[in-house]
Amino acid sequence: MPELSALQLLLTGVIAMVVLSAVFGAILGFAAIRFKVEGNPLVEQIDALLPQTQCGQCGHPGCRPYAQAIVDEGEAINHCPPGGQATINALANLLDIPAPELDEEHGEEAELKTVAYIREAECIGCTKCIVACPVDAILGAAKLMHTVIADECTGCDLCVEPCPVDCIDMLPVPKSLSDWHWDTPDQAVSTRRNTQLIATDREPDVAA
Amino acid sequence: MALLRTTSPHLHGPQTTQHVMQQLLLATVPGLIALSWHFGWGSLINIVIASCTALACEATIVSLRKRPAWFYLRDCSALVTAVLIGLALPPLAPWWVVVVATTFAIVIAKHLYGGMGYNPFNPAMVGYVVVLVSFPVEMTTWPVAQSMLPDGLSTPGLWESIQVVFQFSGSAVDSYSSAYHSIDAYTAATPLDSFKHNNGLLAEQFYDQDAWFVGGRWAGAGWEWVNLGFLTGGCYLLYQRIFTWHAPVAMLSALSIMAWLNFDGGSSVSNGSASMHLLSGATMLGAFFIVTDPVTSAVSHTGRLIYGALIGVLIFVIRAWGNYPDAVAFAVLLMNFAAPFIDYYTLPRTYGHEKYGLGKKASTSQQSLDKD
Amino acid sequence: MNKTWDIPGGIHPPENKLQSLKQGIAEVPLPDILILPLNQHIGAPAMPVVKPGDTVLKGQLVAEPNGFVSAAVHAPSSGAIEAIEDRAIPHPSAMDASCIVIRTDGEDRWVDLHPNRDYRALTIRQLLNLVRDAGITGMGGAGFPSAVKLQPRQSIGTLIINATECEPYITADDGLIRERADEIVIGIDILAQILGNPQQILIGIENNKPEAYTALVNACESAAKNGAITSSIEVVSFATKYPSGGEKQLIQILTGQEVPSGKLPAELGIVCHNIGTVYAVFRAVYLGEPLISRITTVTGNSCTKPGNYEVLLGTPTNHLLGTAGFDEVLCQRLIMGGPMMGYTLNDLNAPVIKSTNCLLAADIVESPAGNPAQACIRCGHCSEVCPASLLPQQLYWYAKARDYDQLANHHLADCIECGACSYVCPSEIPLVQYYRAAKGEIRLIEQEVIVSDRARQRFEYHQERLTKAEQDRTAKREARREEARKKAAELAKNNSESSSADESDVNVDSEVIQAALARVSATKNSPEQELKRLERAVTAAENRLAKAEEKLRQCPDDDSRKKVLEAAVAQTRLRHDDAVNKLSRFKIADIASEQTQSANASAKLADDPTDKDQLASDRASLAIKNAQLKAARQADMSELEKLQNQHDSLQKRVEKARNRLEQAISDNDDNIDAYRVAVEKLDIKLNNSETAIANFVPDDRTSDTLHIEDSEQHN
Repeated sequence: MPELSALQLLLTGVIAMVVLSAVFGAILGFAAIRFKVEGNPLVEQIDALLPQTQCGQCGHPGCRPYAQAIVDEGEAINHCPPGGQATINALANLLDIPAPELDEEHGEEAELKTVAYIREAECIGCTKCIVACPVDAILGAAKLMHTVIADECTGCDLCVEPCPVDCIDMLPVPKSLSDWHWDTPDQAVSTRRNTQLIATDREPDVAA
Repeated sequence: MALLRTTSPHLHGPQTTQHVMQQLLLATVPGLIALSWHFGWGSLINIVIASCTALACEATIVSLRKRPAWFYLRDCSALVTAVLIGLALPPLAPWWVVVVATTFAIVIAKHLYGGMGYNPFNPAMVGYVVVLVSFPVEMTTWPVAQSMLPDGLSTPGLWESIQVVFQFSGSAVDSYSSAYHSIDAYTAATPLDSFKHNNGLLAEQFYDQDAWFVGGRWAGAGWEWVNLGFLTGGCYLLYQRIFTWHAPVAMLSALSIMAWLNFDGGSSVSNGSASMHLLSGATMLGAFFIVTDPVTSAVSHTGRLIYGALIGVLIFVIRAWGNYPDAVAFAVLLMNFAAPFIDYYTLPRTYGHEKYGLGKKASTSQQSLDKD
Repeated sequence: MNKTWDIPGGIHPPENKLQSLKQGIAEVPLPDILILPLNQHIGAPAMPVVKPGDTVLKGQLVAEPNGFVSAAVHAPSSGAIEAIEDRAIPHPSAMDASCIVIRTDGEDRWVDLHPNRDYRALTIRQLLNLVRDAGITGMGGAGFPSAVKLQPRQSIGTLIINATECEPYITADDGLIRERADEIVIGIDILAQILGNPQQILIGIENNKPEAYTALVNACESAAKNGAITSSIEVVSFATKYPSGGEKQLIQILTGQEVPSGKLPAELGIVCHNIGTVYAVFRAVYLGEPLISRITTVTGNSCTKPGNYEVLLGTPTNHLLGTAGFDEVLCQRLIMGGPMMGYTLNDLNAPVIKSTNCLLAADIVESPAGNPAQACIRCGHCSEVCPASLLPQQLYWYAKARDYDQLANHHLADCIECGACSYVCPSEIPLVQYYRAAKGEIRLIEQEVIVSDRARQRFEYHQERLTKAEQDRTAKREARREEARKKAAELAKNNSESSSADESDVNVDSEVIQAALARVSATKNSPEQELKRLERAVTAAENRLAKAEEKLRQCPDDDSRKKVLEAAVAQTRLRHDDAVNKLSRFKIADIASEQTQSANASAKLADDPTDKDQLASDRASLAIKNAQLKAARQADMSELEKLQNQHDSLQKRVEKARNRLEQAISDNDDNIDAYRVAVEKLDIKLNNSETAIANFVPDDRTSDTLHIEDSEQHN
């Protein structure tokens, strides 16, 4: 009975396909649950890349709000001067978009890391800087001298403006032996002849 | 006192890239002598043409890349490529074959990929394969060995060779026939080629009858001595610790094992004997001068063993069942593809780690050689 | 003879040890000054316990350890403390660091010493304290405080004494062993006692030091025979190969075990000490002398009298080198430590420190200036010699590309920086420098992550606190209102009026703030703001164009960069035109008002005396907005404009301060003086900025004359 066998063939095929797809579907479904990559929510990941100076130069009151704004409102990623180009590149890498240049409207990338320093003799104990500090790095009480915990200061600059007696300076962090490390040979000012020979193919960049 | 501020170590061993390359060049001498003895001036002329072309190409490209030409010429790497091409091409090949092969090797296979150290494929083999595929007639026209020539004839002299190479009277074939009366007397297929075109003879019979094998002791007149010459050079390089034994030994062993397994002297469809495979064609040149090219081979010892062995297998496979009589170049290029892959799977076990290979996330704390 | 294991890789550089072994250990004349860096060890710098002007005796404590991983410093000779200041120290960075400087008096008078000939009577704790108080650190080069290494958490089965001295040139340990093997054996016995008498005590020594080997074997035998020591010591000699003296390598050679990555040898029940350290322990315990001197090899072709010298710590290198007949003209590199792992010294005044085992004054033959690096040809020699079985050339590619993840994957952290790979590299690539740079960079990144994590946490706490405070306030206000209402209900109508007045007061307050904030936020996207942004863009583009053209003008005609510059100018011009177009399309007048409004709002808020607490958080966000505005304004401005801008803001601040002062006077505030000083100082700053503007040399006259007129109007 050729008709029947053709039907059988068809049926076998269909059943086989159904069974196969069920099996593979089950495997895939299982794999999707079993081997699920636990990813941080995007905001967390972005926040982790930001420098946490909490300086507000991006127009948001802190780094996390900026991260939130990048995710929710599609805020540009180049509004963070303290992080500079390195942060922008890291963010671009994370979000898989081309890295823009730093938007200079929000400030320029600082060359030196600074910390706030209160000239304690002149402090009148007004607590205005304590209120302004986003990371609570200033110690003091009303009518009593204040001081900055240098290790906790992010160098955000927000305490300078509120000070009524202008006794806060932003001082560059001194370089210490423990921070020092060798530079790669292409950066190092070396006495070797023609060290640059291999280091780079290109002529030094002529900035536009 | 010029107090230099440099990082340690402040000593450097005697070996430099330039020295390595010079040793390589030196090690080709026995093979070159054997080639010249048996096949005439052709190889030497090849080498001269290839060297001039290579140096010119290298200098041009390096200048175009705005780097000091002398600094790059001095490392002799272009010269090594040129000499290898010169040795690999048939003696008395037309000059333009040599020029095309060398130019392609230096410009495209080497510099377009980033220059010395960055080329994924062996430049000499790329150049060789390009001309082999493009000019099959020229590339299969080999002169016969001195010992096979009829009485009264000898390999062409220097001037005659130059005439042939520069084709003073037209095409290659014309050059041969006009310089000599009978082209057939001077050119022939290589031993591997003749064996491949063995028409119905049993392998042992073939070895007894073919002119190449009658004139030779183990693997074809002249060819065996050329290969032994390269073997000598290779041993010298091993002695000088220019490279490790792993890749060449693996390649030669794999090739001989393959040949031995597939040889049946009493069959007309048999493949060649192990001695023929080892001592004929470009086997030894490949084993010691091509497979050992560090840039394009695997890095670790295990990796080099695998890399060499697979090349050996591939050579046999192509020689036995492929279209081409010889296969070193193809086998090497194919394995060049695989080298990074082999590297990836043959990472050594680092001190203090239990597992071989890459770590997922190693701690990156600073550690120094603590001698307390 | 104990079984030894082989290590992978390794090299055999020329040893060059004979020249410094011709004479015995020689004395060095007392130098005039001794410079004692406070940080001669790994860990926290020591804390000085003397002050300039103090007189000290030989062996007196001058700086005490600051923390667990730290080491004490003692005066190596008697004299007066001249200064405690930054001096050149031996460090690869060639930076200065805090040092105690002693001017010696030539008398070399000791403090009272307390020798412990019968050290077996002491407890482990007492012995440890003696070692710690003597300021002993690892003498082999790394300088880790020894007392820390002597109190491992695990129980120790094997004590390894490192007498390998695998680096070329150095013979300090060799010389020491030859002359003072008996003392060393006692030192080992003390260490064994501290570590709870491990079953196995091994001295590892390379077979290129047969005299030292024999001396050690004899000393051990005779000490065991006459009962001077209780522990049994095995001296193990093995084939010479660099870097067998690395701690991990020596452990592998002697025990066949590998220290797990990132762990300490103590995890395997092994402790490893340098033989120089052992000798220092002997002196500290047996003789009661703190660590004030060491044996240092002075060698190299630039010295006519190479040899081993017993040198006081803090001796300036030029004094020591002078004793060894140093020829400054010949010297090409001055290396502290061995040629494989030492670092170069830039300053001959840098002192000898606890870890200085060698001073190598190399001439041009011994240490030629390196050739420029060639391309890596992946020859694999580096991985053949790597004692840690790394893939140096892969690490090199990744270090060059700054791919820190891949570096971690390829176990960069397990690199011991022995330099074998650089030594054999035929292309003379300074591989170790790449690794060191990458390691340093990775370390800094890790530190930054820690710092920023902490800042994030503090910021979150800060926010939380503010929210909580706000909630509390609202709750209180509600409660008060509730109470007031209750009172109003309870009390008569007269009383209720006062409470409603109170309420309206609060409302007025918050309305002011709301309005100010609304105005500030309104400016954010207003057309005026947009116009200004465009204007700024045009100015910036103009500046860039001018700069680019200037560069082009300065560039000589034959320069290869000229074309690039020309292209850059063309591109900048395009951008400039673009900006001008955009601006012209966006012409709206009257822009200043919004900004002044926002400034007024902030001034009002800042000067508002009422309810500081309530305003605090709003004010912080206002300050943020101000800073943002300021930054925006500063961006893309020329130098003069920036000055101008600074000047303006200063002026505002002066005015603010004056107002505040006046108010303070009228209120008879306590802080009148402070406010007055602030005003004066701001005035000075203002003057400075004025002069700065006046002295500013304009690049482009046409545009800047305007600004100067502008500034004059302001003044």
